[in-house]
Amino acid sequence: MKMNQAHGGSLVSRILSETASNKLKEQASEYPTITISSSIADIVQNIGHGVLSPLTGFMTEAEVNNVLDDMRLLSDTPWTIPIVLDVKEANDFSVDDEVVLSTDGAPVAALSIEEIFKLDQRQFSQQVFGTQDSKHPGVARVHAMGKTLLGGKLSVIPSPPKKFAEVTLYPLDTRILFKTKGWRTIVAFQTRNPPHLGHEYVEKTALTFVDGIFINPLIGPKKPGDFRDEVILDAYRALMKTYFLRENSVLSILRSPMYYAGPREAIHHSIMRKNFGCTHFIVGRDHAGVGKFYHPFAAQEIFTQFPDLGITPLLFKSFFYCTKCRSIANDKTCPHPKSDHINFSGSEIRRHFKDGLIPPESLMRREVAEVIASHPEPFVT
Amino acid sequence: MSSKPKRKFTTVSIPKTLFEKIKDRIKNTGFSSVSDYVTYVLREIFAEKQQQQSSEQAFSHEDEKRVKERLRALGYLD
Repeated sequence: MKMNQAHGGSLVSRILSETASNKLKEQASEYPTITISSSIADIVQNIGHGVLSPLTGFMTEAEVNNVLDDMRLLSDTPWTIPIVLDVKEANDFSVDDEVVLSTDGAPVAALSIEEIFKLDQRQFSQQVFGTQDSKHPGVARVHAMGKTLLGGKLSVIPSPPKKFAEVTLYPLDTRILFKTKGWRTIVAFQTRNPPHLGHEYVEKTALTFVDGIFINPLIGPKKPGDFRDEVILDAYRALMKTYFLRENSVLSILRSPMYYAGPREAIHHSIMRKNFGCTHFIVGRDHAGVGKFYHPFAAQEIFTQFPDLGITPLLFKSFFYCTKCRSIANDKTCPHPKSDHINFSGSEIRRHFKDGLIPPESLMRREVAEVIASHPEPFVT
Repeated sequence: MSSKPKRKFTTVSIPKTLFEKIKDRIKNTGFSSVSDYVTYVLREIFAEKQQQQSSEQAFSHEDEKRVKERLRALGYLD
């Protein structure tokens, strides 16, 4: 069995050589500059390193429309979230201009502008999020975007991460890592929370059927009340140190914004993990959801529309602890009534920590809980 | 984003008997038309073929050596 190929056929690299990077840095002041947020800078690095293969830059209008209408690129390759660069206005730019993108005062990439076009916020929100309700965090973000979009190819200066460098891997790294480990089938687990027993059970159930598991927490802007990135990482390190085998598990982060786009984002997440070399992707209840905007299993059902996705979704029902079975179970495996079940509720776990308590061991491993509790402020404020 | 071009479709001829068989088969499924079904099946077949035809290794030996050194330094490899 061959390693899973990158989405669209081959792994993209838009990373400049050391010589070209130095030249661009030296000459950056001669080009018009667009200052981008750290979140967009993460997307730029992801495009450069092939996380978003086959994209080579920010989408043009026809590509955006195809993704919105058909959930496919113009090449017919599955793609569900438009990857766009917004600016407040583009009076200073023209098609064919070369501009420098910079963040924190440093150049990160050159963009060859292929197209300048308008953002239709209503269409974007409705088709990506299924709503125009500004209470939806993704819609709110779209409303805050500049009204003009720039499409074009990127040439990216490799930027070593300032935080979490020791757990930052890109697709070339993971593909070589998986090959060296002799893994042919790899399941990816996407997360934005510290692991409770339900997560661990899902991960280990999936791992039973493949060579290795790639635990890949999403690092990036979060909502107030969410666990901080360093807390999630420390919690996973604690779990994996004691309860996973080193030879068949890998922990690495992915810097990428959460869109809270539910089903469309589940496809997006699986495409990124395919590019890392994974063959399987775990999709649980309400994947990438927020509030009650999506049906709890919409993010699973959408996979039936993509026979050509190239990564196999592993669809899991919710797990719970059954006091009668005296084990973790789900609706398919447990015959007992709901009154015998203890749910793994994320909000319940958060409440324990907010009250200065450690969640019971029926919800979370003691080692994990203690690491979280040791953080002076585990939550985003 | 407002002046979007119409999606381009084209016509493929299949034997009428096959069309009828498919039409019958997709009753009470998620497929809304024979075209939907045929598109689904063709995409599935193409994806399989593409995966079979991909080359085993998409990176150079130099890349592999450099990346392995980094992975060892980070503790991912012994």
